[in-house]
Amino acid sequence: MDEFLQSLIRGLGTGSIYSLLALGFVIIYKSTQVISFAQPAFMLAGAVLVSYLSPAVSFLGAVVVAAVVIAVLALGVERTVLRPMVGKPVFVVAIITIGVDVVVRVVTNAFIGLDVRQVGDPWGLSTVSFLGAEVQERYLVMIATTAVVTALLFVFFRYSRIGLAMRAVAYDQEVALAQGVSVGSVFALSWALAGGLAALAGVFVATGAGVDQQLWIVALKALPAIIIGGLESLGGAVVGGLTVGVVESLFGTYQNDFAPWLGPNFGLVAPYALMLLVLLVRPYGLFGKKEVERL
Amino acid sequence: MKGLKGRPELYTSYGQDMAFLNTRPKRAWSGGLLVLALVMPFMITDDLLQLLATGFVAAIGAIGLNIVTGYAGQVSLGHAFFLAIGAYTAAALSGPETGRVIGFGITSLPIWLLAAGLVAALFGVLVAPVAVRLRGLYLAIVTLGLVFLGEHVFREWTSLTGGPGVGRPAAVPELFGVRLDQDNAVFTAAQQLYLLMFVLLVIFAVLARNLVRSRVGRAFAAVRDRDLAASVIGVDLTRYKVLAFAVSSFYAGVAGALLFVVNGFFDPGSFNLLLSVQYIAMVLIGGAGTISGAIMGALFITLLPRITRELPTVLPFISGDATGVFTVFQLEAVLYGVLIIVFLIVEPRGLFGIWVRVRNYWRTWPFSY
Repeated sequence: MDEFLQSLIRGLGTGSIYSLLALGFVIIYKSTQVISFAQPAFMLAGAVLVSYLSPAVSFLGAVVVAAVVIAVLALGVERTVLRPMVGKPVFVVAIITIGVDVVVRVVTNAFIGLDVRQVGDPWGLSTVSFLGAEVQERYLVMIATTAVVTALLFVFFRYSRIGLAMRAVAYDQEVALAQGVSVGSVFALSWALAGGLAALAGVFVATGAGVDQQLWIVALKALPAIIIGGLESLGGAVVGGLTVGVVESLFGTYQNDFAPWLGPNFGLVAPYALMLLVLLVRPYGLFGKKEVERL
Repeated sequence: MKGLKGRPELYTSYGQDMAFLNTRPKRAWSGGLLVLALVMPFMITDDLLQLLATGFVAAIGAIGLNIVTGYAGQVSLGHAFFLAIGAYTAAALSGPETGRVIGFGITSLPIWLLAAGLVAALFGVLVAPVAVRLRGLYLAIVTLGLVFLGEHVFREWTSLTGGPGVGRPAAVPELFGVRLDQDNAVFTAAQQLYLLMFVLLVIFAVLARNLVRSRVGRAFAAVRDRDLAASVIGVDLTRYKVLAFAVSSFYAGVAGALLFVVNGFFDPGSFNLLLSVQYIAMVLIGGAGTISGAIMGALFITLLPRITRELPTVLPFISGDATGVFTVFQLEAVLYGVLIIVFLIVEPRGLFGIWVRVRNYWRTWPFSY
């Protein structure tokens, strides 16, 4: 039972990282109808920035500064690279974000070098007793932070003027434009939000083991999360992210006992298998809207 | 037809317009390039020939991706998976029966090449039903998931793949009893492989060109431009999407089988997301929806590392080894990204589009503006 609880908490912890990333993907998708493959690079850049800043301005300060800097970086990318492509096929824009990802990642890698960089987080690998099981503190922190961030986002979208504008754009860009919503600023803001969320996620990934050049792979796990949750559902992104984390962790713990034929480390690719299964049953994910089409 | 002399671009029938080489300059250029490519092995050094041979194989793969993505409009990030299927089918069929890894000892090139293509096509058909239900970016992410699942399987199935970091020998290219990867009295190995890859590229390029200018190709384009409208005018969406995936995977299987023949060895880590992105880059930089564009893009991307390697001699601030602040390896990686961005923003039709502009400039010269 302890093993199960530990595994569950670990899954929810990493799952909350995926949720943060998935929220970024969904926010960009809702406003621009594009999946930004640049999220992994922003995540990596955020973690690296914190690893440089935290000796100078404490860990917490570094996280805040990094989130803001990456948000501004993402906003800049949107302005310079994505804005000329408004109205082009979404596939083309998505491929451009792959290009952005490659460029940002290579530049960031130059700052990582060949070593593993520590982000200077106060938790490390220390554990705490939780409901009778020894779990790592950092997972509890991740879960709590993600809960707070998600709540703030929901309040923002529900009650603020800008949040309303963003929902309007997600609903129908042209109508929103006609009502006086600045669609351009909404695009920019959604990229900035996604960038900030990615930076925060990056710091969490890097707690414990540190930052190396392979860290970005983690961000791709958010893709099955958004597909499982449905591309245009913020709630779906959170649920999808947590599901992916828990599935991955449970497979990591138990798969050797009940399905060794899948090979070691199947847990790492289990989210992709889960995604295929969900799509066979529900082609638009669990909470996605079925597209209504007309000629 | 007599009265049309001197008016080569006047077409009096649809068939003429859609003919394989429909204009005189096209015939001249194609003939010229063919001759140039055939004399090349006797002009340049072996290492460049090997590079070009790899480029030709990549071109076969890029044509395959272009059929499904450029013509039929189904975005696939899973090309690396199909390349892997082809590579392992061919390597397993032609490998020695008593080796460390699975092998069947069938070294005849036509047999393993066809088998690689067919097995990959079979997987393409298996994936297609998912593709039929999904659209656009959902499909892109699912095919991306395929790459990760494939990578896992190939990493763990060590009796087939040799395992990560170890790998296995690539397929054995033997044609009519002659080993093409060994020097013989007349040709060196590089010259033989170059000619083999070139001939195969010409065959597959002509086949693809004929496919896309037929009824099937027009159906693909209709599905790409507006699938709902296509189905209203009677294009069977399921059928053509499955067909596009099957043909594309066949090409990928063939390319995968040949891709490592030049080097002779490969490792399951090669078939990652980066490989898929490289093929996407080939198609987009070359020009989506054109066969010649896919070939240009593939050659360009394959030769790019070689070109950047030469840069430190010209630009001294770039470091030639892995220690400097700004190395060629970083430059090479950045260039992929930058080229994709620049081409998509500035010239969405890719290298093919640049060629069209150059051609149109000279066609009306000196009155071009």
